Amino acid sequence: MTAPRKARVATVSLAGCFGCHMALLDIDLRLVELLKHVEFDRSPLNDLKHFTQRCDIGIIEGGCCNEENVHVLQDFRRNCDVLIALGQCAITGGLPAMRNAIMHSDDPLRECLEEAYVLSPYVENATHVIPNDPALPLLLDKVYPCSAVVKIDHQIPGCAPSGDIIYETLVQLLAGKFEGFDPHIVHFD
Amino acid sequence: MTDKDFTFTIDGASVTAQPGQTIMEAADAAGIYIPRLCDHEGLRHQGSCRVCTVKAAGRSVAACTQPAAPGLVVESETPHIQAMRKSLVEMLFHEGNHICPVCEASGNCELQAMAYRLGMVEPTKLPYLEPTRPVDASHPGIALDTNRCISCGRCIRASEDVDHKGVFGYCGRGIHRRITVNGEDLAHTDAAVSDHAISGGVCPVGCIIVKRVGFRLPIGARAFDRQIIGEAIEEKRR
Ligand code: SF4
Ligand code: SF4
Ligand code: SF4
Ligand code: FES
Repeated sequence: MTAPRKARVATVSLAGCFGCHMALLDIDLRLVELLKHVEFDRSPLNDLKHFTQRCDIGIIEGGCCNEENVHVLQDFRRNCDVLIALGQCAITGGLPAMRNAIMHSDDPLRECLEEAYVLSPYVENATHVIPNDPALPLLLDKVYPCSAVVKIDHQIPGCAPSGDIIYETLVQLLAGKFEGFDPHIVHFD
Repeated sequence: MTDKDFTFTIDGASVTAQPGQTIMEAADAAGIYIPRLCDHEGLRHQGSCRVCTVKAAGRSVAACTQPAAPGLVVESETPHIQAMRKSLVEMLFHEGNHICPVCEASGNCELQAMAYRLGMVEPTKLPYLEPTRPVDASHPGIALDTNRCISCGRCIRASEDVDHKGVFGYCGRGIHRRITVNGEDLAHTDAAVSDHAISGGVCPVGCIIVKRVGFRLPIGARAFDRQIIGEAIEEKRR
């Protein structure tokens, strides 16, 4: 008898802080058991940059703040059966989305960049130019949640999500049916 | 139970009420929690958020304003009503700018707690409106971040009826209805940190912020980190 096929999982960090990937480690000892049922495709955890084959689950950290994020997210949708938005940035745009509206400005992106690279008293930028190297991915007008770009199947709330809620979700998905969260473990912070 | 008291039912459970009690007041006393946002203990009822909607004798009414009546048949936790409540809460998130991870109210916030209770965890189909809204930090002791205001009017009623001041009021209509202060900015009102309107719990969200006390209670140890909203009322029933 052959062992049951392992579920293939890909992960990526888009406009996120990597905290959600760190939170994967909060699964702690249960990771050992989990890894018996899971193998990784492209992920920052193994530094694979491209899909090697179709995946069962894609886990997305962060929303979309630039065009590269959009392309990667679309690539994940094409290559994964189930797509999970992990954490508030992926779900709502999160902290990066602060640049969308809370700037008292009609031109919030410009104001954000000027504050970051030109005007702030803490800037050390001798050229006083906003970075414009053609190699940099083009910023979007706003930061978008993943669900505004592709269809998302599940989302795991939190910033970062707790090890418990990530574990619960993965276990339910690996068992073939997701029946929702216990409200006691749902947090948006 | 006095001879004027009467009974009615909520989701099939018999509830005793006194004349003049609203459906919600009678439900609270019986340990049945009906979700709410604009209603707050000790303040006059306003009936504007509609999160407390129930079906009474088949008609949708606000449980916080509708009087209980003998023999009334009330439905509350039906899938239809729960879904509607969840949509109302979701729309409030989309109408303002709610970035919970950076909000001082996170964990103490009734809007967020209602989202937890009602299971607002699925991918949204609604756009985020992302309005440009002001922050008023002019007052030495109080800040007002209207990005998070849900226009519940609790501060208005607390300031008028308890503090006898009238610091807060509404302006605009419909979706444009916003909270405003009775002066150029908060520093030019007679608002004081000791006002009931400013005290913890009156503003259900992170709009009215008392300065210099933020994050004294860490995230994770706050009211709704420990208990689902409404559980304190439901405990009376057990
Ligand atoms: S949700 Fe929080 S932890 Fe996750 S990427 Fe965003 S900021 Fe980082
Ligand atoms: S007011 Fe409540 S819902 Fe809004 S950001 Fe703060 S914690 Fe989140
Ligand atoms: S400031 Fe707070 S209490 Fe006043 S209307 Fe807005 S949300 Fe309600
Ligand atoms: S709590 Fe009844 S309408 Fe808001």
